[in-house]
Amino acid sequence: MRNAFADEITKIGRENPDVVLLSGDIGNKLFDKFKDNAESRFYNCGIAEANMMSVASGMALSGLRPVVYTITPFTTTRCYEQIRVGVSYHHAPVTIVGTGSGLSYAELGPTHHSLEDMAILRMLPGMTVLAPCDEVELRILLRQVFQQSGPVYMRIGKKGEPIIHKTPPQLQIGRAITVREGRDACIIAAGTVMPEAIKAAESLQSEGISVRVVSNHTVKPLDLAMLSEVFAAYPVVAVVEEHSRMGGLGGSIAEWRAEQRGKLADMITFGAADEFMHRIGSQEYARKHYGITVEHMTDGIRSALKAAK
Amino acid sequence: MTVEALNYSVEKLERIACEIRAKIIENSHKTQTPHLASCLSSVDILVASYFSTLRLNTKSPQTPDRDRFILSKGHGAPALFQILAMRGFYPESLMADYGQDGSLFAEHPPTPDHLAGIEAATGSLGHGLPMGLGMALAGRIQQRDYNVVALLGDGECNEGSIWEAAMLAASQKVERLCVVIDFNRWQATGRSEEIMALGPLADKWRAFGWSTYEVDGHDLGALVKLLGNLPDGSGKPVAIVAHTMKGKGVSFMEDDNNWHYRIPNENEVAEAKKQLGVA
Repeated sequence: MRNAFADEITKIGRENPDVVLLSGDIGNKLFDKFKDNAESRFYNCGIAEANMMSVASGMALSGLRPVVYTITPFTTTRCYEQIRVGVSYHHAPVTIVGTGSGLSYAELGPTHHSLEDMAILRMLPGMTVLAPCDEVELRILLRQVFQQSGPVYMRIGKKGEPIIHKTPPQLQIGRAITVREGRDACIIAAGTVMPEAIKAAESLQSEGISVRVVSNHTVKPLDLAMLSEVFAAYPVVAVVEEHSRMGGLGGSIAEWRAEQRGKLADMITFGAADEFMHRIGSQEYARKHYGITVEHMTDGIRSALKAAK
Repeated sequence: MTVEALNYSVEKLERIACEIRAKIIENSHKTQTPHLASCLSSVDILVASYFSTLRLNTKSPQTPDRDRFILSKGHGAPALFQILAMRGFYPESLMADYGQDGSLFAEHPPTPDHLAGIEAATGSLGHGLPMGLGMALAGRIQQRDYNVVALLGDGECNEGSIWEAAMLAASQKVERLCVVIDFNRWQATGRSEEIMALGPLADKWRAFGWSTYEVDGHDLGALVKLLGNLPDGSGKPVAIVAHTMKGKGVSFMEDDNNWHYRIPNENEVAEAKKQLGVA
């Protein structure tokens, strides 16, 4: 996914002379092509993310479209106040990209996990929050970022994530997209955990339970039309994310749901519990630890459907 | 859009500085807003910049080629607000509701799209310099020759982000970036050199790769000379350590940190104005 980001931002940078890329001492080789094309618009800002974020604000206030790229915790929690003051308060069109988000860097331990980034970023006024599920969504959404104004946060994976969209879909920031049809229940998922959500739907299909899967790539602003439709049409809606179950996609949908009137689908969420991991392993191990697995999802949806009857 | 510096004479600058000080003191009393002493230590740096060296266009405040002045020590806003009005960015009458509910004029600068002349909404310390660095780099990318001046407090130099910005500005040789440190030797709760090991401050900036000067921060002629010589030809960013005094200009406020938060009463305002020679 990060290679797709590097490739797409290189192309965008070639077309748009306002695009500047700031990196926090990572991905140096990754951006060689960007530098070949626009050396004066690439800055390795060192291991100093607070400064990097404010530098980006200053550039954005001067008419440029800076993109800040580093590992998710360092481009979000590390410099949150710089995002709040310089980017959000000034409504500066800075694009913040977090690579290796969620549990992508599971092996590196909780310092490199990001299970709270969407929650804290979506709290900031004017911030758009994107979580593409694959590189196809990433490329399309990234292009659209530069057609709108205002700050954006995009969380992406690392490398080798499977392609979900075999052909480029009609995609728009703020409009969720169905990746699999189904009539009995619905999964709303965001980000690179999507293959697990699809596998869960396939597994349930073999038991005769037909599950729709929606890619909710835009976590803020939420696609309210989709939510209204889905929560009216199904008895059970499951929300899946590689993020804390508090405050992210599940949390924001729960906030929306609490304000609605009338009969709505039961809602269940799959994501990380309110705890750090202290025994470390692969991404698969970490997902299992937090219950973000096909088995956990199928069990949960099956019993929720039973209870809803 | 053209930009121009006023280049006022030192004599004229001195008179403006006295007037601005009187306005700040009156306003502090009237609106019950603090940070008076911090404002008074910055006044001469602001006056030298706005009435002599900065190339601005008050009719079109966002003209891309303008010099940028960032009040990184955002709690000096009461001084900046008076300066911007006197410089013609907005009429003084705009400040009629100063400090009241719903006013643009509070204790820190609002965002640039809400008040002409403001380049960054500061108040949280350690943000203004890095943002200014971004503006200076943007100028280089866009091939514009504007300067960016960021006014820092010495207390503000406690913040790590200041030194992060200092290192990047030096590695990038951002020669159109200038910091002025209002070195009044006080921060909110005590002597700045005792709370954190700040000194030797000029040597620190030098060691960080900046072309560094020390100046009497109340010597308008000396300030104009330095601020009017940007970039300075060294190929480095410029740091000016301005030795100042909190509460400068009023005998009973000078170097007395109680005036970081104290508000003057009516008699004190009258006495201060007398000392400043402002009717």
